[in-house]
Amino acid sequence: MTAEIKTPSKLERILVSGKIAVTSEVGPPRGSDPEHIIKKAEKIKNYVDAINITDNQTAVTRLCSLASCIHLKQMGLEPVLQMTVRDRNRIAMQSDILGAASFDIYNILCLSGDHQKFGDCPEAQNVFDLDSMQLIQLVRKMRDEGKFLNGDSIKRPPKMFVGAAANPFADPFEIRAKRLAKKVAAGAEFIQTQCIYNLDRFEEWMRQLRERELHKKVYILAGVTPLKSAGMAKYMKNRVPGMDVPDEVVKRMSGIPKDKQPREGIKICIETIQRLKECEGVAGFHIMAIEWEEIVPEIVERSGLYPRPKL
Amino acid sequence: MIVAKQKPIEEIITQIKNYEKILIVGCNECVTVCEAGGKKEVGILASALRMYFMNKGKKVDIDEETLERQCDREYVEKLREQIDKYDVILSLACGVGVQFIAEAYPNKLVFPGVDTCFMGGSEERGAWSERCQACGKCILGQTAGICPIARCAKRLLNGPCGGSTRGKCELSKDIDCAWQLIINRLKELGRLDDYERLIPIKDWSTERAGGPRKVIREDVRQ
Repeated sequence: MTAEIKTPSKLERILVSGKIAVTSEVGPPRGSDPEHIIKKAEKIKNYVDAINITDNQTAVTRLCSLASCIHLKQMGLEPVLQMTVRDRNRIAMQSDILGAASFDIYNILCLSGDHQKFGDCPEAQNVFDLDSMQLIQLVRKMRDEGKFLNGDSIKRPPKMFVGAAANPFADPFEIRAKRLAKKVAAGAEFIQTQCIYNLDRFEEWMRQLRERELHKKVYILAGVTPLKSAGMAKYMKNRVPGMDVPDEVVKRMSGIPKDKQPREGIKICIETIQRLKECEGVAGFHIMAIEWEEIVPEIVERSGLYPRPKL
Repeated sequence: MIVAKQKPIEEIITQIKNYEKILIVGCNECVTVCEAGGKKEVGILASALRMYFMNKGKKVDIDEETLERQCDREYVEKLREQIDKYDVILSLACGVGVQFIAEAYPNKLVFPGVDTCFMGGSEERGAWSERCQACGKCILGQTAGICPIARCAKRLLNGPCGGSTRGKCELSKDIDCAWQLIINRLKELGRLDDYERLIPIKDWSTERAGGPRKVIREDVRQ
């Protein structure tokens, strides 16, 4: 791994220093009250190194990711700007990247975005001017070469640590490592994965990455989401595309009285983190506690990831 | 071919119900092949409309005509002698044909009788699917002969997205994941390593984004 620090990102510094990084995420509200974001961030700020802000996740219109990141920045926190290529063409993306850079936002996660069919505007046009790999290339070009896509120079180029998502469980499984290699070749510096419930399959994916030494070229943050109920486990298993929830997990959740299921979900989450801490190449954890942010501190603490490093 | 499907009859009636002399014009090309607007469909629609207006006690004259092509002025001209007999033209051609008729007969109302859907081919009798979006710069040589622009819901040039499940698109189990198809074919060709080549950012100016397009061939122009 290149030990050279390329941006002022705290997330980058922690990863480069070899410490386990912890990130989490906050989904903006369907309204303009910033208190929603601020309160969620307050709950987790001392337990994570950086906070992702989702970009109209599941294609449902929400307060924008960039403005939400600015609120976090104003709280002295470290945001990760999630940007999908679904809603913006290359003009808007370059412009938003500059806007984010003007507020010294130092992390970006480049995503395709869920299809609008699943959101609140299924009749919408989609953009997909670039794909997520090409967005990675775009941010790297703006940062490393200080150039716009057309080659013009940027005054004060963005300094962003560039991330991408990976789903170790999506089909076709045989290209999972190749796909990650492609994202690394495009310029991804950190990866946040889809939520992991099938640990065997995740470890097999990591083995494939190590075979190609990809774990030395990119920081892998393993994604975890605590299950709140057996219903949620079933929903994720059956309804969420690209999600792999093994039967044992559903059974384990279902075998517990309803009021104790959240505790069991937390337990599974902590066990996952503890097992994956031992997995070579896992550089950190991305804890996505969907509408359950208040539980993040407990998960971080009980997984032995607290206190967070002061850098 | 250009694939179209007939509009719901209620919508067609809404468009033409205030007129008494109607000419339904079919096209002998794509819409004949996809059974939306050829001579046969013109006949069936004409009968259905005659019956509808008869039941309503309204006297409406409906005539039928099918041109060789509606996207060619030479054939559209063939309507000239009879056109004055009609209040409106109902074209069962694709959007191109409707517009060529409108351009040739500026004082005549023209309505579309079909919805133009896409460029595609026949899967089997009664099933057509999309294959091309006419982006103006073909990349099939880089994608194993399968177009992700036309066949991936996110037109990803470096797919698949995380929603690809058991070979199907996250939008529907009835849609193949284009990138699964590309990967399968690369594998069959023994070229799976080609998957790792990054397809560069596309110039969309040759597509719809660049404005209405024209092809000019000086060598064949008269």
